[in-house]
Amino acid sequence: MPTLTINGRSMPVDAANDTPLLWAIREQLQMTGTKFGCGAGLCGACTVHVNGEAVRSCQTLVGDVAGKKITTIEGLAPKGDHPLQKAWIAEQVPQCGYCQSGQIMQAASLLAKNANPTKEEVVAHMDGNLCRCMTYSRIQKAIMRAATEMRTASAAGNERRPT
Amino acid sequence: MNQHMKTITPEATDLSRRSFLVGTAATGLVLGYAGVPGIGEALAAPSNFEPSVWYAIAPDGLVTVTCGKADMGQHIASTMAQIVCEELGAKWSDMRVNLASNDPKFNDPVLGAQITGGSWSTMMNFDAMSRAGAAGRMALTEGAAAAMGVPASDLVVRDSMIVHPKSKKQMSFADVVKSGKATKTFTPDELKAIKLKTPDQYTMIGVSVPQLDIPSKTNGTAKYGIDVMIPGMAYGAVVTPPVRFGATVKSVDDSAAKKVPGFIKAVTLDDKTQTTSGWVVAVASTYANAKKAAEALKIAYDGGPNAKVSSQSLLDEARRLQKLDDSGQFFVKDGDPAAALGTAAKVLEAEYTTSINIHAPMEPMNATAEFKGDILHIYSGNQFATRSGAIAAGAAGIDPKFVVMHQMWLGGGFGRRLDADMMVPAVQAAKAIGKPVKVIYTRENDMTMDFSRPLTYQKVKAGVDGDGKLVALSHDVVSAWPTQRWGIPDFLTPSVDKKGPLDSFTVNGSDFFYTVPNHYVRAIKNEMAHNATPSGQLRSVAPGWTFWAVESMIDEIAAATGKDPAQYRISLLDGAGKNDGGAQRLRNTLLAAMGLAGYGTKKLPKGEGMGVACVSSQERATASWTACVAHVAVAPSGEVTVKKLTVATDVGTQVHPDNIRAQVEGAAMWGLSLAMYEKATLKDGGIEQTNFDSYTPLRMSQVPEVAIAVIANGEKATGVGEPAVTVIAPAIGNAIFNASGARVRALPITAEAVKGSMKA
Repeated sequence: MPTLTINGRSMPVDAANDTPLLWAIREQLQMTGTKFGCGAGLCGACTVHVNGEAVRSCQTLVGDVAGKKITTIEGLAPKGDHPLQKAWIAEQVPQCGYCQSGQIMQAASLLAKNANPTKEEVVAHMDGNLCRCMTYSRIQKAIMRAATEMRTASAAGNERRPT
Repeated sequence: MNQHMKTITPEATDLSRRSFLVGTAATGLVLGYAGVPGIGEALAAPSNFEPSVWYAIAPDGLVTVTCGKADMGQHIASTMAQIVCEELGAKWSDMRVNLASNDPKFNDPVLGAQITGGSWSTMMNFDAMSRAGAAGRMALTEGAAAAMGVPASDLVVRDSMIVHPKSKKQMSFADVVKSGKATKTFTPDELKAIKLKTPDQYTMIGVSVPQLDIPSKTNGTAKYGIDVMIPGMAYGAVVTPPVRFGATVKSVDDSAAKKVPGFIKAVTLDDKTQTTSGWVVAVASTYANAKKAAEALKIAYDGGPNAKVSSQSLLDEARRLQKLDDSGQFFVKDGDPAAALGTAAKVLEAEYTTSINIHAPMEPMNATAEFKGDILHIYSGNQFATRSGAIAAGAAGIDPKFVVMHQMWLGGGFGRRLDADMMVPAVQAAKAIGKPVKVIYTRENDMTMDFSRPLTYQKVKAGVDGDGKLVALSHDVVSAWPTQRWGIPDFLTPSVDKKGPLDSFTVNGSDFFYTVPNHYVRAIKNEMAHNATPSGQLRSVAPGWTFWAVESMIDEIAAATGKDPAQYRISLLDGAGKNDGGAQRLRNTLLAAMGLAGYGTKKLPKGEGMGVACVSSQERATASWTACVAHVAVAPSGEVTVKKLTVATDVGTQVHPDNIRAQVEGAAMWGLSLAMYEKATLKDGGIEQTNFDSYTPLRMSQVPEVAIAVIANGEKATGVGEPAVTVIAPAIGNAIFNASGARVRALPITAEAVKGSMKA
């Protein structure tokens, strides 16, 4: 029985190695924030992080991620207060909301590396994530808002650093 | 709203009695299906104060509004809470929402059924929710007056507090509920007599409060149908035939599927509701295994009568039907267009088409079915609980009164979830294996078995007099009839030529607000398309194609008579006769869009152009007045870049300004996506596009600049979820003409078509 390291916990899953990670997360671990959209890596609804990289969990097999650090929307921030999640609320982004876990996870992998992205960088990074409600302009605004907050917080952190 | 829709079910007649029985939960609310085991969850605990079926106030002061409408991202649950909150006088942070079961007591107060569509919800529930809120405030106030020993008329209600300013005594809603003193009841007549607030007294309506559902949609906790977990349930993966409809299963060989771990059974559907045809469900312990088993099944089909039908054959059939004099039925018949066309100085004639389009909400279709005792429980996000419950019952072979529909958040609806096909495999699989079953469509199932927007063909003839005045318009609309497919006579409209009912959801919008003395519209059913591609209602429905034709033709007439297309529309919107009121509002909206876009204020570079369109979507009686100015650039290759869309809409009263903007923008992007990027085709009876690589809705990189102006003039609140879809394609088509001289008449617009139509 494979064991997954997910959101900081080790969890055995009753699934064959060739099971898509998406279904192990949703059914075995009953963490349903990660969504099934296309099963083909074309929509991004199932996006999670593996070792900090955004991956499509519908295209990732359980056997390939044993021992790697997996993060889902449930584990992005302990209280659901990642700057992106706060920005998503501030900008009132979600309509139906179904794609938004994937959107947030995809965006988080960008901001982890680049807290000052240009609009073009945001679009290039997010273009694989479909939103059928077409909330794209709010997604962009929320990413920029979160990036600003992350930069401000990190600047504040620097100022407080003891000399 | 069409007249005929007011009394869909017998419940509508005594609806006020059912819906507004006032009292405590313990005494009041044993109505409808309340005797059915399992439905009790919908009822609040006895200690709650439940002023109407629409909400309950708990002893801790939290107000939970039960929303009878499907929430597919339009935030309608939050909107219902906001309307209740306004009259109740509660604090927004005390408001919660709950999604209704299919108990008829939660039926729409106007429609008399549980159906969500047409951009109807706010306009049709505004009054009922307002009165429910006001009744609760009055009952709480009387309770507080009794407890405080002061006259109720001296009390002030605000932010969930009831205050006696003179004595500074006060009670919270929670205090009054706990005291048990809120006992006032209202008869329907008393409810009707309640004097509601006037707009100048509003403190909630018109405020962009935080939507109640949004936090749960940022942290993964919002529960959609696909997220339902029932102890002991199995999973079903459907195998659908290569033909969209009409195939039958000849044989199923499950020998390879039996080797898949956890495989339970392959169930061939016996669908007496005729919602599906030729489907098999592979049931297994997990979805991954069910899918493997589904892939391992060897199924032989009889392709049935539609196995050779293609998009081209549907279009050929439409052209054939349109040419027949006795085809179809009249939806509009004013004056004598034939005679007027005969004497017109100039006659223009054009055909306009739209392709098959797929809803493709991000949450693939799914349903979970569980038989518990005599009751069938269905868990699914659905837009038409009244009918879908009946389909589920039909699939189970039981009376619909034994079906309880548990509503979930919808991972997109767009009209797709008005249908109930997903109920059938879930119900029959659960019945076959004696356990709850969750059926999830693959994206391929979801796309190829969509109840699609039908392929449409429209022929328009226009006659103008010597001054360029439009004197005659004949308009034939040929399509499958999505709403007739429901089999509910009340949703159909009598034809004006008394040739029997027609599906007005194929022609709405063509009864526009332009003054045209001789005007007819014929609704022609394409039986071949109706059978081969069972169609559905896709966001904006008929106005999504009728305005493509009308608003393109108006531009063609303006061009042919040397007039500015915007000014030409303004001259047609003169408000004469039956168009009085609506025409003026539409004219005003068009002017607003023109003003915001700077239409005509500057010379655009070569290859760029602006185009206008204005619409009265969704229906003549439920219009939100909407106009668009599209600004495009057209390359010599025919490649079109949409640079900016400016949309103005007159919504009467805005409940939630920010949400209106979100909906209008989403709708406009849908309009853009349908105009430029989405096309499905039929070949050998099957939809050829199976996933997002071949069916390609708008992505972030394709979003243009968008400007939105919302006009709120204090008239009755209208709908905003759909109308803006319908105005985009014609505005873009007209802009392309102004930029390049190329007239496109087929959706989606392709570079080839633009280049082909350019003057050499």
